[in-house]
Amino acid sequence: MAITLEEVRHVAKLARLDLDEGEIVYFQSELNALIGHFSDIQKVDVSGIVPTSHAAVMQNVWAEDIAEEGLPRVTALRNAALHRAGLFVVPQIIED
Amino acid sequence: MLTGLSAFEIAAKVRAKEVSCVEVAQAFIDRVGELDGQYGAFLRLAPDVTLEQAAAVQERVDRGEAGLLAGVPIALKDNISTLGIETTCASKILEGYVPPFNATVVEQILAADGVVLGKTNLDEFAMGASTETSAYQLTKNPWDTTRSPGGSSGGSAAAVAAELAPVALGSDTGGSIRQPASLCGIVGFKPTYGRTSRYGLIAFGSSLDQIGPLARNVEDAALLASVTSGKDPRDGTSLPNPPIDISSLKSRSLKGMKVAVPDEMFGDATSPEVQAVIEEAMKTLEAEGVVFNRVSIPSIKLGVTTYYIIAPAEASSNLGRFDGIRYGLRAEGKGHIDLVEKTRSAGFGKEVKTRIMIGTYALSAGYYDAYYVRAQQVRAIMQQEFAQVYQDYDFVLSPTSPITAFKIGELNQDPLALKLLDYCTIPANMGGMPGISINAGFAGGLPVGLQLLAAPLEDESVLQAAYAIEKALPGASGRPPMP
Repeated sequence: MAITLEEVRHVAKLARLDLDEGEIVYFQSELNALIGHFSDIQKVDVSGIVPTSHAAVMQNVWAEDIAEEGLPRVTALRNAALHRAGLFVVPQIIED
Repeated sequence: MLTGLSAFEIAAKVRAKEVSCVEVAQAFIDRVGELDGQYGAFLRLAPDVTLEQAAAVQERVDRGEAGLLAGVPIALKDNISTLGIETTCASKILEGYVPPFNATVVEQILAADGVVLGKTNLDEFAMGASTETSAYQLTKNPWDTTRSPGGSSGGSAAAVAAELAPVALGSDTGGSIRQPASLCGIVGFKPTYGRTSRYGLIAFGSSLDQIGPLARNVEDAALLASVTSGKDPRDGTSLPNPPIDISSLKSRSLKGMKVAVPDEMFGDATSPEVQAVIEEAMKTLEAEGVVFNRVSIPSIKLGVTTYYIIAPAEASSNLGRFDGIRYGLRAEGKGHIDLVEKTRSAGFGKEVKTRIMIGTYALSAGYYDAYYVRAQQVRAIMQQEFAQVYQDYDFVLSPTSPITAFKIGELNQDPLALKLLDYCTIPANMGGMPGISINAGFAGGLPVGLQLLAAPLEDESVLQAAYAIEKALPGASGRPPMP
């Protein structure tokens, strides 16, 4: 089941990557090489196997409800490329 | 020479006031300055920070309050957050990023009176097994500088092997501590998942990632593991168990130790020279009383596929945070989404983009069940098969890497070539097991690592067994050709 160029464009959009046509072709071949290898798990009998998302069995880990100081605003903003008046600057999101 | 000493020896000399912390720190800073041009192990030093920390530790030494790591300089993989020291994950997207906090492991090191020496090179976001996907530089293997140190903790491994640091921390998602340790002839230990806090480790695959030590002997690795483990309320997946206890490190006898050797880890992909070194080591250990049995763990053969679905799926989610707004690179764009897409496209390298794409694909509508859910089911099967083996055996033994250090550029063209070599190290991450690589000998002048795995929470046992094996294989250690 090979991945088409159209699917690569769709996945890039989902992944928020802006790829040019050359990259689309490149990633099609990379993805197909990897996904071609993935066929081995399709043959495994997984009936009755509960999927596991973790290596350690832990459930409902609660933290004590204690108020703590957060990062000071000036520190939190220090790594932002653009900030103004103590806020992160983003492009306009809601259209006029 | 000061820089050739082990971490234990340095701490002892510092405590005995035979040498000052500042002298130790300066000796390593000087050695890195002189030699790292040949190796490219460090992305950056922070001598001001290092010397300031060393001076502060010395004050405690003078008051007789020195901790376990008294004055020991430690190299940190550059995906471990360091307050005030740039942390890039070897990616352009984090160029200039200076964390406003320390990772928990860094706080633990400082609390034990260790000193941060600098930040080491890695595959971009720890995605790779050769350190070649770093956006900044190549790292060379001290045993042969035309060869890769392995990866992704290649900078940490090369630094320790070349005596640019006594010990280092790396991170291991599918073998990224153990494989470079193997290729550089040193010790690399991945603790049980949850034993070491991931707080401040920039996430790659959150259910697989674990921080651990690289050192030139098991005792130093154990020391650093003991300091950097224990419950951390800031990491929800941190286990409630106490820190790794190394008080009985030297107590274990090899006599009667039951070790399983899986057929699937000595497969066709294992090079004959690696196989020969491991078999020779097994003969020596057998004479010391270790009982080996061949077993079959069929799911090992499915490990690479399972890993290259689960790890990228988790990565595609984790790396979603790099949007150009709060930290790191920001590209210009027409509107918000365009800005995010342009930032990510400019900031991530090819391997990272490939993994984000694979992960996004495996999680996308229509493929989620066929890939992601199925991989999680195979992961469950693998955990069950290993649990079965641990009912009858203390440990699982294998080569760490099926090949010795390869030439730089040799395996980075074919998208699968390097990934297919991860099959011995992946199961530990899938099952949360502790795993260690120690040197077993040499093939063609290059180190060959032996891997020991155990059931989750058997960290102490793995370290004890590795210590005993290290003592039983005195010819296995060596020093690369260097000043």
